[in-house]
Amino acid sequence: MPGQQEKILDVRNLQTHFFTDDGVSKAVDGVDFSLNKGETLGLVGESGCGKSITSLSILRLIASPPGKIVGGEILFKGQDLIAKSEAEMRKIRGNEISMIFQEPMTSLNPVYTVGEQIAEVLRLHQNMGRKEAWEKAVDMLRLVGIPSPEKRATQEPHELSGGMRQRVMIAMALACRPEILIADEPTTALDVTIQAQILELMKKLQAEMGMSIIMITHDLGVVAETCDRVAVMYAGKVVEYTTAKNLFENPKHPYTIGLMNSLPRLDEDVEELVAIKGNVPSPFNMPTGCRFAPRCPHATELCHSKLPELLTSDDGSKVRCWMYTPEWDGASKTATEMGV
Amino acid sequence: MMMTADQTKKPLLKVQNLKQHFPIKGGILGRTVNHVKAVDDVSFTIFEGETLSIVGESGCGKSTTGRAILRLDEPTSGSVFFEGKDLLAMSKSQMRSMRKDLQVIFQDPFASLNPRQSVAQILGEALAIQNIVPANQRRERIIELLSHVGLRPDQIDRFPHEFSGGQRQRIGIARALAMQPKLIICDEAVSALDVSIQAQVLNLLKSLQKEFKLTYLFISHDLGVVRHISDRVMVMYLGKVVEIADKKSLFDSPQHPYTQALLSAIPVPDVSKKQERIILRGDVPSPINPPQGCRFHTRCPLAVERCKTEVPALTNVHSTHQVACHLVP
Amino acid sequence: MFVYIVRRLLQMIPVLLGVILVVFLIMQMVPGDPAVLLAGEGASAETIAKIRTQLGLDQPVMVQYFHYVTDVMTGDLGTSLRSNLPVFDEIMARLPATIELAIASIFVTVVLGMVAGIISATKQYSAADITIMIVALLGVSLPSFWLGLSLIYYFSVKLQWFPVAGWGTWKHMVLPAITLGTAGAAIVARMTRSSMLDVVRQDYIRTARAKGLREQVIVYKHALKNALIPIITVVGLQFGFLLGGTVLVESVFAINGLGRLIVDAIRMRDLPVVQGGVLIASVIFVFVNLLVDVLYRYFNKRIDLN
Repeated sequence: MPGQQEKILDVRNLQTHFFTDDGVSKAVDGVDFSLNKGETLGLVGESGCGKSITSLSILRLIASPPGKIVGGEILFKGQDLIAKSEAEMRKIRGNEISMIFQEPMTSLNPVYTVGEQIAEVLRLHQNMGRKEAWEKAVDMLRLVGIPSPEKRATQEPHELSGGMRQRVMIAMALACRPEILIADEPTTALDVTIQAQILELMKKLQAEMGMSIIMITHDLGVVAETCDRVAVMYAGKVVEYTTAKNLFENPKHPYTIGLMNSLPRLDEDVEELVAIKGNVPSPFNMPTGCRFAPRCPHATELCHSKLPELLTSDDGSKVRCWMYTPEWDGASKTATEMGV
Repeated sequence: MMMTADQTKKPLLKVQNLKQHFPIKGGILGRTVNHVKAVDDVSFTIFEGETLSIVGESGCGKSTTGRAILRLDEPTSGSVFFEGKDLLAMSKSQMRSMRKDLQVIFQDPFASLNPRQSVAQILGEALAIQNIVPANQRRERIIELLSHVGLRPDQIDRFPHEFSGGQRQRIGIARALAMQPKLIICDEAVSALDVSIQAQVLNLLKSLQKEFKLTYLFISHDLGVVRHISDRVMVMYLGKVVEIADKKSLFDSPQHPYTQALLSAIPVPDVSKKQERIILRGDVPSPINPPQGCRFHTRCPLAVERCKTEVPALTNVHSTHQVACHLVP
Repeated sequence: MFVYIVRRLLQMIPVLLGVILVVFLIMQMVPGDPAVLLAGEGASAETIAKIRTQLGLDQPVMVQYFHYVTDVMTGDLGTSLRSNLPVFDEIMARLPATIELAIASIFVTVVLGMVAGIISATKQYSAADITIMIVALLGVSLPSFWLGLSLIYYFSVKLQWFPVAGWGTWKHMVLPAITLGTAGAAIVARMTRSSMLDVVRQDYIRTARAKGLREQVIVYKHALKNALIPIITVVGLQFGFLLGGTVLVESVFAINGLGRLIVDAIRMRDLPVVQGGVLIASVIFVFVNLLVDVLYRYFNKRIDLN
């Protein structure tokens, strides 16, 4: 793990639940991770694991009702975001912490020009006048690589392609030079060649502007490309938390290993993909004990009855699995034995 | 455009010069002012028992090609020979009886099943339309189909919303199988599924192919999936075929600059492999006014003068590898 | 956009011809011989025959129709059987009052309806929301003449804020506009509410929140403009009902407008006036629809205009 870095965001035991007529959905149920200045943290998992809800919780954008942050702390520059008032949060959103979303086709307001949508943020947070804000908006479009930015700024979203709209989203998010950019599946809805462009752009801007990025994705390839550290989520909890290097070279949690094995690879041929059997548990009805136990090939009595903690292993990575604890009876398995 | 390959393999589907131009209406009187040239002179062959994948990004025409073959949208021109008979020359009623042999599995497991029909009704309808088995044997056959795709018989009277995405896709597969088809077109059949479920469904498709001697036309934008499931791969760009080859050839030595860029753009889940990425500039041009000459020349890092004016033809690099590019060979 | 407008105007021609045809046919089917009615009781057969020739009623139907169409094109809508004045003039004298009433009522419908709908949507399930929805239900259910009479009773007679009847000043407009506009306002309120609720769930609203904008800005700037599309459609449809509603309101408030003219003409069997009045009302309706469609297109840029 890299030497002492400045921690800019510290999420501790975050719990966000949804209170509906069908019961309580514990979508995020005890999530811990931190973000250092200038780094990219990956938040990885499949649909329903709670990664998007986690990011929306950071910016306190959870619709309430039916959602509610019921516990934990989100420390941003030492202050707890959960304790802040709505007015204080509004000053932070789009200004110190920004977010970009997955669907560029629907995330921009269709009845206003893209220039106006960027200028709006500048007028709001930086107190710029109309003319100044507009010029800065055009500058931002240029910065994100949109050709003829003066003309494009006067266009409405439907006149731009998916890749360009995502660039506009990035321009809008970075206009006020935030310290943290939360990117929720920013390239999932884009074509592969456009995805490559956008990821390259994000890396370039990060180098220029020095911001930290939380990259939310289900694509392990994107993680390998962009992330310094990674938190793998499953059923509302972080199950593995380590550097990207460690994650790919020495994955520990059976879910992480299962994910890697089930990926069809470009660089090698396998006869049959090793699929993870079963389905993700319902957030209304989480299993007692380890949440992955019903699908885990190594699950024992202990796993089904008691929930493991997120504990640090000898190489510095954190994993939530009984196999890596002294309580594990049965031979301890190494990564190779588990079939990576 | 016959491949001089393996003469022992029997061609099951032969597409020749397929065109699908969608009219655009405009002007005061609403006349046709232009066309979206979604599929523009595409030819290829699928051999019995193999899986041919069509791969490309959005707007390349791959899904449109699949729909045109099945006449779900009537193609503008061309021929589609299935077991020697031209599907596009048939009447609607003749085509209807051919549909038994040509089935399709769609992308969206949530939208492709009627939410008001139970599994028994969905599969029963399929069996009834083509009269595969007499009415009294249908329920038995449905249970048999469900077991083939890994669903339990006690789920037969459930409704789609009671199943997960992966399970719904299995129902879609069972529906296609019910017809005892020869060819199944999988139109982005696993794209909407989570990675771990995707693996399950891909394994299922592979085992069903062996068991029932099926032929697949697999349409996808995901090259990893394509690599796993295909025998041969065809790459499309803006309505044209740019490269078609057996799997190994395509992935080991891609010839067309677009294929090369496509392969290099995909992020690989491996931190140790830092590859030289070819990043294409600009956006995909519009299929309404595609570039002159080679359609890819506006984004191609290797384009020369000739590329701007002359349309390259598909030529053989090798008996099982064809490319449409002036710079190859 | 220009091309669209020209295209729609061209499309309007067959529509208007159709309207003329329908009006003509309806008049043909009305029982009773106009010549006999005009001649009056106990008229001789000769007089009736003379009148018939005068009115051109002895000619074949197709010829009558042709004459009618050409007459309409030149602005000749016939002569009133009652007053002997040109129908066109009679209508034009009364049309301004009806149009003013219609505009004032639309104003009530749109403003009252949208404000209520927005409040309802932004405070979903609150006491305000439920109250507004109940009042809206009442607004749609109450007969307009009852509402009109009640308003007159309380505000004109008891409180003496507004004149009891007639037309001319802005004070004359208030109660009739409220009477006529209320039912429409109720419908617009419900549509505004559902459209806003729909829009507020969209991704771009989430983006707007993530930018740190205040809720008020999000609702009135980002959400409202997008929600307008179905609202405009509903308002356009309301205009048709409005034209019909003027009949009752003009009667209750004794306003000398087109609605009252048509009703009186029906009672008096003054066929040319009925025919002309319905025709003019239909033409207005067709033009209003075109306007609504153009507005719709202006606001709905998301869909390719082709």
